Amino acid sequence: MLVEVLFYVFGTILIAGALGVIVSRNAVYSALALVLCFVTSAAIWLLLQAEFLAVVLVLVYVGAVMVLFLFVVMMLDINVEKLREGFTRFAWLGWLTALAVIVEIAGVVWAGGGLGIDASKGGADLPANYSNTLELGQVLYTKYVYPFELAAVLLLVAIVAAIALTMRKRPGHKVQDISKQVAVRARDRVRIVKMESEKRS
Amino acid sequence: MLQTLSTAWFSLPDYGRATAWILVITVALIISVALLTLVERKVIGWMQLRRGPNRVSIFGLFPGLGQPFADVVKLLMKEVIIPAKANKFLFRLAPMITLIPAFAAWAVIPLSPEVVVSKADAGLLYLLSLTSMGVYGVIIAGWATNSKYAFLGAMRSAAQMVAYEIAMGFALVGVLMATRSMNLGTIVLSQSGGVGAWNWFWLFPLFIVYFISGVAETNRAPFDVAEGESEIVAGFHVEYSGMAFALFFLAEYANMILIAALTAVFFFGGWLSPFQGYPVIGDTLLGAPSFLWLGIKISVGLFMFLWFRATFPRYRYDQIMRLGWKALIPVTLVWIGVEMVLSVYKIGPWSH
Repeated sequence: MLVEVLFYVFGTILIAGALGVIVSRNAVYSALALVLCFVTSAAIWLLLQAEFLAVVLVLVYVGAVMVLFLFVVMMLDINVEKLREGFTRFAWLGWLTALAVIVEIAGVVWAGGGLGIDASKGGADLPANYSNTLELGQVLYTKYVYPFELAAVLLLVAIVAAIALTMRKRPGHKVQDISKQVAVRARDRVRIVKMESEKRS
Repeated sequence: MLQTLSTAWFSLPDYGRATAWILVITVALIISVALLTLVERKVIGWMQLRRGPNRVSIFGLFPGLGQPFADVVKLLMKEVIIPAKANKFLFRLAPMITLIPAFAAWAVIPLSPEVVVSKADAGLLYLLSLTSMGVYGVIIAGWATNSKYAFLGAMRSAAQMVAYEIAMGFALVGVLMATRSMNLGTIVLSQSGGVGAWNWFWLFPLFIVYFISGVAETNRAPFDVAEGESEIVAGFHVEYSGMAFALFFLAEYANMILIAALTAVFFFGGWLSPFQGYPVIGDTLLGAPSFLWLGIKISVGLFMFLWFRATFPRYRYDQIMRLGWKALIPVTLVWIGVEMVLSVYKIGPWSH
């Protein structure tokens, strides 16, 4: 009962947050609404007893990814007027894409005979010494070890590519060489000049 | 009296006892923060051959002890000014967002063998995710204020947090490998056996990295570029006054206590006694695990925070980034490799 109430409360917040992401005119509000979405979906996963996944969702998306998102969104000077140009002209394309996505998701769910779990009922009761993390680790490193490693390599390639793209040489680019800064001695920089004191006139 | 109290305590349902502990811990934390601000000013004062606050006393005793409480009253009375061009909703929300994770993190910290609000299995991950959420308050405050200085502070803070979080996470991966658990109670128990069995010995580089990134995460000196007074006035909280400012202050000090407590739990055996398992002294009360030991360890950690602040000049922004990405993260990676070798040859924490 309690789980069901909590599920609907979190579900409502999640949908409201998701609407906020697309409806809000301010990009910073959108990003913050997305943070709210992640936190509430983590709460729903907790109701399903998937505590590891829930905490990792908060850790990775809320703690790192969205911080960088906010960072970028706040730095950008977004011109809303310019963005809204041609909104009605391309609206049909947007609707079509949305429809296609909905049909695809519905198709997969329908073909699979439902989602398999009713999230509103919460997860099944688990034995006392059951460890979510342990179970997940065992599955990841045995049954799904190759897809898992492939995903890791893919991410590594993405990291290398991102660094390679940003490390281009720009003309007039100045970098501090810390070891040079540290190695500097006073005698290289300061010249002490001896001079006679002025005679009193 | 005591009898009835204890029967009443144990007749409470689980959530009742948890709620009671939450109340106790929150109040204790707020009082500790008040005292910590006083201790900070006193200790730094002594280090600089001053006396520190000594005017406000309580009933004419303990000069200076009344200072934090006088400060609280002062801040309560001050007006909370909201700049005209600020985003009012987010401006008010930011201090709360900073404060909530700082307090919520205490839910999984084992304070003594019996006292822990939640024995969550993913406690370590929960802590990591909460400490990483604290940065939102700073970013939102900086942006909502609509001021250049505040915004610069927020940007610096965001970059710094993201960099040091990684080092912190890797250091905790090392702890995880040594203790084979993410439950904080188990992490403490697996270190039992006196000073030498605690994690600090085998994980010494990780301990250093963890503590440095802890100082950076709490935006304390020498990593306090987010509020560097000399260049950007007070950074993200320039425009905050009164209680809104006090909430930021409270969160910063609560986070300091949290980092000190976590260092104690992860690397110094939490509530375990250093004399555990020693002949003669190990059998007395001094050898028994209790909150006393955790308290002492937390205090030492906090003293280090104050000491750093009184000793080191502030890092430049590019130096912070360099230290985080090019020094701390490689050290943790190398030590995780060392730990792999240790675990294969069953040395240290892997010997049993």
